Parts: sequence; structure tokens; C-alpha cells
Amino acid sequence: MGKIERDPITGQYTTGHQWNGIRELRTPVPIWWMLVWIASIAFALVYVYLLPSIPLGDRTTAGATGYTARLNLEAELDAVRTARAEASAQLAELELSEIVADEELATLAFNGGRSAFGVNCMQCHGAGGGGQIGQFPSLIDDDWLWGGSLEDIWYSINHGIRNETLDARFALMPAYGDFYEQAEIEDVADYVLALNPSSPEHATRDQLPGAEMFDLECSACHGVNGEGGRDFGAPNLSDAVWLYGGEREEIVAQIINPRMGVMPAFGERLDEATIKMLTVYVHALGGGEDVASGETAALQ
Amino acid sequence: MFNHGIIEKSTPLMLLLILLSLGIGGMVQIIPLFKVESTIEPVSGVRPYSPLELIGRNIYMREGCYNCHSQQVRPFRDEVDRYGHYSLAAEGVYDYPFLWGSKRTGPDLARVGGKYSNEWHAAHLRNPQAVLPESIMPDYAFLERPLDYDDIELHLRTLRFIGVPYDDADIEAARDDIIAQAQPDTGDSTALRERYADAPLGPFTGHTEGVNEMDALIAYLQVLGTMVDFTTFDPETMLQGQEVGR
Repeated sequence: MGKIERDPITGQYTTGHQWNGIRELRTPVPIWWMLVWIASIAFALVYVYLLPSIPLGDRTTAGATGYTARLNLEAELDAVRTARAEASAQLAELELSEIVADEELATLAFNGGRSAFGVNCMQCHGAGGGGQIGQFPSLIDDDWLWGGSLEDIWYSINHGIRNETLDARFALMPAYGDFYEQAEIEDVADYVLALNPSSPEHATRDQLPGAEMFDLECSACHGVNGEGGRDFGAPNLSDAVWLYGGEREEIVAQIINPRMGVMPAFGERLDEATIKMLTVYVHALGGGEDVASGETAALQ
Repeated sequence: MFNHGIIEKSTPLMLLLILLSLGIGGMVQIIPLFKVESTIEPVSGVRPYSPLELIGRNIYMREGCYNCHSQQVRPFRDEVDRYGHYSLAAEGVYDYPFLWGSKRTGPDLARVGGKYSNEWHAAHLRNPQAVLPESIMPDYAFLERPLDYDDIELHLRTLRFIGVPYDDADIEAARDDIIAQAQPDTGDSTALRERYADAPLGPFTGHTEGVNEMDALIAYLQVLGTMVDFTTFDPETMLQGQEVGR
């Protein structure tokens, strides 16, 4: 053990240790570091006092503020509900037509609907409601599968389509590949293509070999002239809008083993006010109609 | 002034004090683990994963989905508004290991079940940009290859060993349940749902024959966050320390 002395070069004291003449400088922890350390301890004590912190088996110390993230969230959501209570109650109570008629409420519903659309709908129907060709229908045109009035849209959003809920819109197209030969199905596809008024064969389509089968199998849902049937979600076959593709081979594939859209029942996830706001928004996207389809009226 | 040298120069004293501080730290960390059961919220509906969902979960892990997707809705207003009810400990009682994740490059998936149709999931996994042009998720079209479930019984037995309540009948029916869930027209989906309440049913990828990996993954995604009946949950009862019904 040597003695503690001042190192002539750095001006610091040594520790007093000495190994074979080598001495060690005593460099204490800087004051600022010590202060931060003490401040951290002080912070921790305040934290433990104010907030839940020390685990006690099945609970923790409660903390003077009584804060928990879950109860805090409840309070926050309550505040939101209270702030929105009036508008929500109005939206939930009023008929859709009354909401649209009230300019202020309609604006509120449109904007609220747009937000809800971004969370719940755009993943399938696209950010602007344009749909996905070959997958999910467009909501911005006037070509509706199940109807485009406020009531129709409300029903489709609330109960969904071909899901497992009891009141969902439901209709199935048979897989005609099980009953008919490929050649017969191709004939029907040719007939379906001729349903479009701009087709060169449109006027003489009744002479096509597929006419008889269309009349027998397809017209009940899709209509005698292929105009579609909203009671069954059967698309219009005489226009140029094709969800699953309008090429001959795509139509053949659809007849052999049809694809049919499925939509969740959003009434199980969202409240009535949100469903109505979505309805107003979708209705205003471009294709909104005035009169509800008979099927929706019957279902309600 | 306290002289630290006294401790440093006495090995027994130093040993004693080290043990003392480790002991305090250890108790703080370990004792709560013995009581962890009582912190699980008393809610009903949570069931073990069906065999197909379980394999889907394994694929989820294998593909590293958790690197970009969390599975935990935190109790914040923005998350609850976007995803639904915040996650409960009770919802993870059969998660070995849990897949909460910590990085949110993509959306949280804790409540994705039932939000989209099976067809959407299939289209999205095949090519995410086809349905969401702004997505940066890679495509998983290769998952449409036959599912290998030869070792499903071993998976179920292993989980039973660590506490998941699969019984012998569940294990015996595992292969049938996989078919029944993926192709309900072929298999007995009623028996499946007796064992696994409200199991989401296929066809998941539009194929009418066989079971592929994407079927399993979609079955898993479709069950996420759907088990708990939230009408029975009240955040205050959480503090009463009741056990979850199993």
C-alpha cells in the first residue's frame, strides 16, 4: 500500500494502491452522473407512490392516482360517447331518408361514414369504393347486385352477404359443370355474350344454341333478357360490367364452378349509428338509388 | 462516511450481501409468477386451437409474420377504435408461445378473425398489392402447396403435456378435423364444432379438394380474437382475482 498523493501529470490524486511501482489514479464518478442517478431513484419513488407498480401476487399496489390503463380507457371512451351522444342517438333513431334530408346530419354521416369505410370496407372495396376487378364489386357505379337504395345498402352492410349469420343475404348459383357438358356450357356463354345490346348477335340471339338452356336454367334469377335479379344478387348479364371477368372463358369458368362474394355482417361489429353513416357514405359515392328492392323490404 | 472497503475486504460478508440483494430481486420477479393464474380475466369462450388452426399458427411462426404484425390491441382509444376490444390475458391461455410481437409494420392482427371473407384473405396472401395497392407485404402465393400434417398428433400431445386440454378423442380425430374444417362439404364439420366451438369453416382458398398451407393459415387468422364473449367481461372484475373458467 502506497500513500495517496497527487499525480504530477494529471493533477489528480492516486488511490494509494501500488503494484510494482505502478500507481492507479483515483477518478471518481462525475458529479453530474451521480445527480442523474439520485434523480432516477427519486423519480422511481414518486412513480411507485403515484402509479400501480409493485406486484403483490394477484394485484399490484394501487398508486395514489388510482390510474390503470383499462379504467383510463373506459373514461376516455365514455367522454367520447358523451360528446357524440346526441348525434349518435339521432343517427340511430332517425330513418335513413330523414338523415339524408337533414343537411347538417347528412354531412356528419357522410364524413363519419368515410372514416368508418377506411377502417372496415376499403380493404375489399378499395380506398375510393372502386372495388377490385375479379374480386370485389365496385360501389361507385349504378350496377348493384343486391340493390342501391339506402335501405338496400343498410341491409347489406348490417347483415352481410353469404356469411353465417341468420339474416345475411343469401343465394347460391349452382355449379353447372356438374350437370352439363363443356360444349353446352360454352353455348350458353356465347348466348350470355350476345345479351349485350352492342353485340352483333344481339338481335338474332334466340337462334343461338345456348338460348334454350339459358331460358331453362338462368333466366329465373338473371332475368329473361339477362337484366339481373336483385332478389338473388344475380348480376345483370346484359351490361359491360363483369365482376369475375367478361371474356368468354371467364364466363365459362363462372358457369362451371361459380364464384360468389361473401361479406361479413358488420352489424355484429359496429353500432347502429356507424352502420347508418356508412350507408349514407356508400349511397353518396355515385350509384345511390331512390327505391328499395322488393326483397329488402320483405326481409325487413 | 460508510466505507465500502469493509465489504470488499471480507469475502463472507460480500457473499452474504450479494445473496441478500439477489434474493430481493428474485422474489420481486418470481413470486408474482406463482400467482399469474389469478391475473387472467374471468371470461368465457376461450378454447384450444383446432388442429388446422394450430398448424396455421405454426406456419404463421415459420413465415415470421410476427416480425411485422403484432397480436395485441393495447388499451388505448385509437387502437380500440381501429381494431376492437383490447386484448386480454385470457385470450392467450393456450398460446404456446404467445405471438404478441412488438413491431407494427403491418396492422395488428389480434382481432382480424371474421373481419374479412376467406376469399379476401386468399387474394391478399396470393398478392397483397392486388387488393391493397399501397401495401408493402410480400406475397405468400407459395403457401398453396399441400399441407403436411403427418405429425399433428405429436403437436397436440406436446401441447397437452404443457397444459392445453386436448383429450384423447381430440387427438384421435385430429386428421378428420383438419379435413372437416378445410373442406366442410367433405368432412364432418358438426363434430368439429362440437370439439372447437364456432371454428371458422372453409373452403378458405377456393379449392374444393385437399388441404394446403394457405387453408391452415387462413383458418388461424379467421379465429384470431373471436373466441371471447365480451358481454361477460367487465374491466373492474379484473381486480377481483378470479380464475378463468376452463
